[in-house]
Parts: sequence; structure tokens; C-alpha cells
Amino acid sequence: MSVDSILVLGVNHKTAPVEVREQLAFTSDPERPFRKLREIPGCSEFCFLSTCNRVEVIFTSPHQMETIRSIKKFLFATSNIKEDDIDNFIYLHRGADAITHLYRVAASLDSMVVGEPQILGQLKDAYRNSADRECTGVILNRLLHKAFSVAKRIRTETNIGSSAVSISYAAVELAKKIFGNLEGKKVLLVGAGEMAELAAEHLVNQGISEVIVANRTLERAVNLAKRFNGKAVGLAELHAQMELVDILVSSTGASGLILHQEDVKPIMKQRKNRPLFLIDIAVPRDLDPKLNDLDNVYLYDVDDLSQVVEVNKAEREQEALRAERIVTEETLKFLQWIEDMQLTPTIAAMRRKADTIAQAELAKTLSHCSNLTARDIKSIEKMAGSILNKILHDPILFLKEGHNHEDKQLKLDFTRKIFGLDLEHEKEE
Amino acid sequence: MLFSLSLIGYYLSTTTYIIFFVTQKNKIRSAARCLLFGAGVLHTVTIISRYFLAGHTPLTTHHDTVSFFAWSMTWAFLSFRWRYQVKNFGTFVSLVIAALMTIAALSSQTIAELPPALQSAWLPVHASIAIIADGFLGMGFCSGLMYLLQERELKKKRFGVFYSRLPSLDALDNLIQHCLTVGFPLLTLGIITGSFWAKQAWGAYWHWDPKETWSLITWFLYAAMLHQRFIAGWRGKRAAILAIIGFIAVLFTLWGVTFLLPGVHSYVR
Repeated sequence: MSVDSILVLGVNHKTAPVEVREQLAFTSDPERPFRKLREIPGCSEFCFLSTCNRVEVIFTSPHQMETIRSIKKFLFATSNIKEDDIDNFIYLHRGADAITHLYRVAASLDSMVVGEPQILGQLKDAYRNSADRECTGVILNRLLHKAFSVAKRIRTETNIGSSAVSISYAAVELAKKIFGNLEGKKVLLVGAGEMAELAAEHLVNQGISEVIVANRTLERAVNLAKRFNGKAVGLAELHAQMELVDILVSSTGASGLILHQEDVKPIMKQRKNRPLFLIDIAVPRDLDPKLNDLDNVYLYDVDDLSQVVEVNKAEREQEALRAERIVTEETLKFLQWIEDMQLTPTIAAMRRKADTIAQAELAKTLSHCSNLTARDIKSIEKMAGSILNKILHDPILFLKEGHNHEDKQLKLDFTRKIFGLDLEHEKEE
Repeated sequence: MLFSLSLIGYYLSTTTYIIFFVTQKNKIRSAARCLLFGAGVLHTVTIISRYFLAGHTPLTTHHDTVSFFAWSMTWAFLSFRWRYQVKNFGTFVSLVIAALMTIAALSSQTIAELPPALQSAWLPVHASIAIIADGFLGMGFCSGLMYLLQERELKKKRFGVFYSRLPSLDALDNLIQHCLTVGFPLLTLGIITGSFWAKQAWGAYWHWDPKETWSLITWFLYAAMLHQRFIAGWRGKRAAILAIIGFIAVLFTLWGVTFLLPGVHSYVR
């Protein structure tokens, strides 16, 4: 297993604009990515991550060119991007870079809003979904678990989480620039997803007086509304509610626009032109971009919000730097593990460990027996050595037997666990 | 001499306000405010001394009128400061004040003889009310301008100098409304007192001379604006633009009419 067979391929908010990303959203059929990726030859392990800001496949593959091409094709299957243009929007990391990238994603260093807490949960969900379908194997299982612990380490050792501002924080900043004081203002959440919940939480902390939740399934709306002592309505009431609220946060999984310019124009008249702040955190977008052209309507989508955050980014950069150092350190550790995950180093480690134990025990035993001759000592040492060899003989044979690549990885992993070969590294940490 | 001192005071205050705008240090703002207050006091003394020099209310020459305009804007702003904290409003207002003072400084300071027909108690009442109204409407202009600048950055989503420095749109919108709700009744009162004076001086309440006509046009502009605001909810950008247009009409009534359209008011030069 070489490090270079670990790859990450995907698009994120840095490489592709929302217009491109929304074409890649996998909302209609959650099983499709797993079904399709499994069919791709050479894609031995994979984990599929799709969030507001990124779609990426973390995978391992022995023969790569073919696999990479197939994954690109799969990602852009639903889009109108020409095959030649795909490379303009994607990133492909390999080996150490791939590991670093994944760690950075998990630790929210690659997020639109550095330090925002959602991504770790999203990555955990993505991993669970992939692992439940048995799409991940030895390498990715370890890599992702490591990624989670690296993220945790960064969160506790740096301040990146405490200053964690997210999209919703940016939205609050903007709302304050529009409304001044948020007390007494009302917010309407369209779609009852996690993001909407987080945004609402921030807004309520700033004094928003009422939260109204509109969702396709009323049950989820009711549940979310209960959290904020708000009320739930059906999507059909959207227009009527818009006459009353000041801020609208839209995060539905709808595949098209749910609110057009023509819908809102008459509503503004009803509202007597009271300002309306529309926040579109959905991908694909829910709200017509032309809404921003209406007087007293302010429309921000996910990309726009990032610019607001740019404003107070400097303070967090220092912490990010420390986090990057942790990432580098942890990447090196993982590389070490990968290197150890070969046959020869594993056998050597087994022998080394057995030898260390034997030497320690010998020293302990011999120190009690004072009346042994040099020859006796020699024989005892020899006996210890052959016990070791005999015990290790079968496991080593078992390790060497495998032909299948996948089997070999499993066996190595299994053996390393049985003999606790990685524990020593871990203890050093 | 006194006038030059107050002019320098205003310039210093404006410069300090601009420095505050760039650096956003609260100490500098306090300094700017003190300077403005000092300049305002000096200016008050200047106007009182002009009164004794002329022997009547010094509001009949162009120099005095514009100087009084600047004075009324200064005090309108300082009086507002008691009630509102509007971020960086001072920078904008002090710039307009400095501009007005410059214009006043450039025009002749000789004192004109007042025709006997105009020597009346209505002179100080009418002229000062009308110009104080202009002071408040001038602040409305500043807040309208600030609104448009802030609105532009929020709409374009490009956050430059103004986004962090200007207050929220809501605060600016309220500010426009407050300026107008003070300025407009004063403007109304100015026109009414003017017509009483006209009755006394020329025997008729209304002459349709250009200044009267234009002040009436200005009055209708502001009246329509306030009406639409309360009835149809014309607020935000539209209100800001109207506040700016209204002030341009005020300036035209002040200067355009005087220099372009001669009439009975044309003694004010």
C-alpha cells in the first residue's frame, strides 16, 4: 500500500461558484452516489461527502487514471459542464496532500467560514453513511477516525472554535447593518435543516422576537418551531407570512427556485416597503437572484455571506496558523502509519516487540537466579528465542499468504491490532 | 476677524472629523465635537457682533445668509447629538458646514443698508426660521447621502470604507425622517411668517415672485415626501433620494433664484 493511492477529488466554494456547485447537489436520491461509486473499477475504498459548500470523494485506488476519470464523470453527470471544463472546477489531492486536505476539512480550516462547527458533524455523517454501506476499508477507516481526532485536538488546543463564526454569524452581522437592532424583528425559516436551525439560534441570541418555520413536512417544522417557541406553517403560507417577517432564511432541498422576483414585488407593497433581508443558504439556490434588484430587499446567498466574514478574518488567522501546524504534524504521523502498514515493517515490528518482551523478562528472571553458569544462561536465552520464533511463525505465514490486495490490508491491520503494534506510536503522542 | 476665526474652527473640526472617519478612534471624535462646539460658539459671537455692526438682524446679505445657514446646521447637528448617537454623521455634516462657510467667506462682507420698508420685527423671525429649517433639511441631505452609500455597499455586496463606518440602514432611515419632521414644520412656519412680512411690507401676502414660488415648490416636495412615507411607506432608498432632491431644491431657492431669477427678494445678495 503506497501513500499515493489515497486521493481526494471534489469541488468546493473556492474552486467552483455556487452556480456550478448547485448542479452537483445530490438531493433527489441519497443512494445514488454509493451505487455509482461502487461500480467504478479501481475505487477500492471511498467516502462521499456532500455539503452546502463542497462535494468530494475521498478514495483509495491502485490504478488511478481510469478511476479518477470515472469519478469526475460521476460528479458532473447531472451538470451541463463540458468534460474539458471540469478540471477548472475541481481539486485533486494525492498522498500526503490528500491527508492534509482531509484534516483541514475536518478541522474546518477549509471552510468558507474558518472554524465553523458544522463541517465536522457533516463529515462524521458522511463517514457513517459510507461505512454503513461498507464502502470504507482499513485505510479510510483509520484516516477518517484520525481526521476526527485531529479536528478535536485542534478545537481544544487552538482558539479556532471559540471564535467560530459561521454563515449564520455573517447573516447576523448583515441583519444588524440593515435593521440596526434585531429586537422585535421576526424571522421566517423556510426549510427545517440544520443550517436553518443554526442561523435561527444566532438570530434569537441577538434578540429576534419570533421565529416562524415553514417546511414541506409540517412535522419537522413543528419540531423546530418548538425549540424557539415559534410557530410552524406550511409552505403554502409562505407568501402570506412574508408580509409579516423581516428576515427570511431559506435552506430547502428544492431543486429549483421557490421564490421569484414577481412573487415578492407585490409583497413589498403590502409591507409598506419595510426592508426585507433574504438569506439563501441552500444549494441549489432557493431564491431568485433578481430579488436583490428590488428596493429594500437584500438578498445574500452562501457566497455573498463569505465576504462579510472576510471583514473580521484577520483575528482568526493567527489561530489558523497554529492549527495548520497541528495538521502538518498529524499528517506526518499518518504517513508513518501507512509506511508501517507494509509486510516487512510489520514483521519487523512484531519481532522487535517480541524481542523487547523477551529481553525484559529474561533480565527480570536472571536477576533472581544467582547460581546459574554462563552455559545455563545461554540455554535459557536460546529457549526464549525459539519460543518467540515458534509463536511468531504462524502469524507471519498468515501475513505472507495473502495475494489479494484488500485481504493483505485487512490482515496487516488485524495483525497490527492483535500485537498492539501501533499502540507504541500512540503512547508517544 | 471673528468670522475668520470661526471659519478656521470649522475647518479644524472638519479635518478632525475626517481623521476620525479614517481611524475610528473615539478620542478623535470627542476632539472633533469639541472643536465644532467651539467653532459654533465663536460663530454665534460673530453673528451677534454683526448684529450690532449692522444695526439690524444680519440676514440681508448673501454672506450673512450663508453664514447663518452654516450656523443653523451646526447647532441643529449639535442639538441632535443630545438625543442620537449616529455613527460618523458628524463627518458628513461638518463637510457641508465647511463648504457653506467657504462660500460665505468668499462673498462680500460689506453691510448693506436695509430699505425702510423691510425694517420690521418679521425680518429676524422669518429669515431665521427659514434658514434654521434649511439647516435641518441639510442634515436630511447628509443622512440621505449616507443611506445611499450604505445601501449601495449592502446591495453590491462589496464592503468598502462605508460598510463598517456607517450606521445601519434603519438608523439612517430614521435619521432622515427625524431631520425632515423637524425641518418641514420650520419650513412651513418660515413661509407663513414670510407672507405676514410681505403683507406688512408690500401689502399682499403672496406675490409669486421666484423666491416665493420656489420655496413653495420645495415645500410641496417635502410635503409629498412625508405624505407618501406615512401613507404608502416610501422609505429607504426612495426617501433618501427625495431628501437629497429636496435639499437641492432648497439650495436652488437660496442661490438659483437669487442669481438667475430676479424678484422682490433679490436684495439678498
